[in-house]
Amino acid sequence: MRTIDTLLAGVPIFEGLPAETLELLAGCASNVRYSDGEVLFRQGDEANRFYVVRHGLVALETFVPPRGAITIETIQPGEVVGWSWLFPPHRWRFDARALGLVRATAFDGDCLRGKCDADPALGYDLMSRFAQVLIDRLEWTRLRLLDIYGEHRPR
Amino acid sequence: MAPRPYRVVGRRRETGDTWTLALEPLAGAAPEIAPGQFMMVYAFGIGEVPISVSGPPWRPGPVVHTVRAVGPVSGAICASRPGAVLGLRGPFGNCWPVADVCGCDLVVVAGGIGLAPLRPAVYHVLEHRGEYGSVTILYGSRTPSDLLYRRELERWRSRFDVAVDVTVDAADSAWHGKVGVVPKLIGGAAFDPGSAVALVVGPEIMMRFAVEGLLERGLPEERIYLSMERNMRCGIGLCGHCQLGPTLVCRDGPVYAYAELEPLLGVREL
Repeated sequence: MRTIDTLLAGVPIFEGLPAETLELLAGCASNVRYSDGEVLFRQGDEANRFYVVRHGLVALETFVPPRGAITIETIQPGEVVGWSWLFPPHRWRFDARALGLVRATAFDGDCLRGKCDADPALGYDLMSRFAQVLIDRLEWTRLRLLDIYGEHRPR
Repeated sequence: MAPRPYRVVGRRRETGDTWTLALEPLAGAAPEIAPGQFMMVYAFGIGEVPISVSGPPWRPGPVVHTVRAVGPVSGAICASRPGAVLGLRGPFGNCWPVADVCGCDLVVVAGGIGLAPLRPAVYHVLEHRGEYGSVTILYGSRTPSDLLYRRELERWRSRFDVAVDVTVDAADSAWHGKVGVVPKLIGGAAFDPGSAVALVVGPEIMMRFAVEGLLERGLPEERIYLSMERNMRCGIGLCGHCQLGPTLVCRDGPVYAYAELEPLLGVREL
C-alpha cells in the first residue's frame, strides 16, 4: 500500500520536492473520498484545507440567480483545489462538488501554515508553486473571456 | 473555373447554427478529396465561400461539408434542403500528412467547428488504425450544446484504441464533463512526444495556446500541423486575398507545419 508521501511524489505541484519535504507535507494530509454530487465546500465557508485530486473530477461552481449553479471550471486528477487557505480571511470563494466518485488528498491549512512559519524556505517554495497554479488558471480564464468560439467580425 | 452543380442529398443539424450537408454532382462523379482539403461552395445568386470537406477522404461518394451559418452565403448553404442545388469548385489546397506519419502517435486538437476539417483525418486513421501508435482526440466547444458530432465523439470514445477528451468553456450543473479550455487538455493527454504528430484546428488564439502546450510537452515544431483560414476568395491562388506572408493559404495551405508558420503568426500586420 502506498503511503501519502509516496503518492505526493507524483503530483505536479510537488514535482522536485525532496523526500523529507514530502514527508513533512504528508504529516498535514489525509486521504478523503466524495461520492457523486457530494459537496467538498461551499462559498463563504472557512477555507482551511486544500485538495489534490487523485481520481475523478471536481466542479468549481457558483450560484447565479436566476440561472442556477454554473460550473466555472473542473479540476482533474493531479490538480489542486483551493488556494484560499493561503490568504486571509481564509474563506472559500466558490462551491466545489464531486462529479462522480472523487478521491483526493486533503491538506490541513493550519498545520501547513504552521510548518511554513517555522521554515520560511518551505513557505516560499510552496507559495511559488501555488503562484504558478494561479497564473495558469488566470491564463485559461482570460482565454475563455475572449469567447473565441463566438462570431467576431473585424472592425 | 465554373462551379459544378451538386444536389443536396442529405442534411443534418449538428448544433444551433451548424449543419452538415451531403452533396452529389448532377453529372459525373465526385472528385477524390484528400483529408484537409476544401471546396468553394456557391449558393447560386448569393455568393461563394470556402468550406472544408468533413467527410471520409479518398473514396467515391457524396461530398460532405459541415457549415456554420455566420452570414448570408453560409446561411443560404445551411438552409439548403435535400433536392436543392449548390455549386462546388475544387477540391483545393494541401492535406493533412496522415499518410506520411504511419508509426507515430497522433494527437488531434480541435476547437469549435475546427473538428470539421479534422474529421476526414480521423476517419482515415481509424480505417488504418494498426498503422499508427496511440490516437488522442482533444476537443472543446463553447457550451455542451455546441459540441459538434457528439454521437460520433461518443462512438470514438467507446473504442478501446482511441482516447477522447472533451471540454467546454461554460456549462451549468447539468453537465458532468470537463469545463475549461481545450489547450488545458494537452498536459494530461497520454502520448509519446518523441514520436507524436499533432493536428490542430480552431480559432487562431486557441491554436496558439495549443501549440504552446504541445511544445511544452516536447513535440518539435515540425511535427505540429495547423489548418489556417484566411479570407480565401478564388481558391486558385490568383486573387491574393488569402496571402499569408510569402504564401497563399488556398494554394500552399490550408495545412501548414508550425515550423513554417511560426515566423508569420507573430506579425500583427499579417
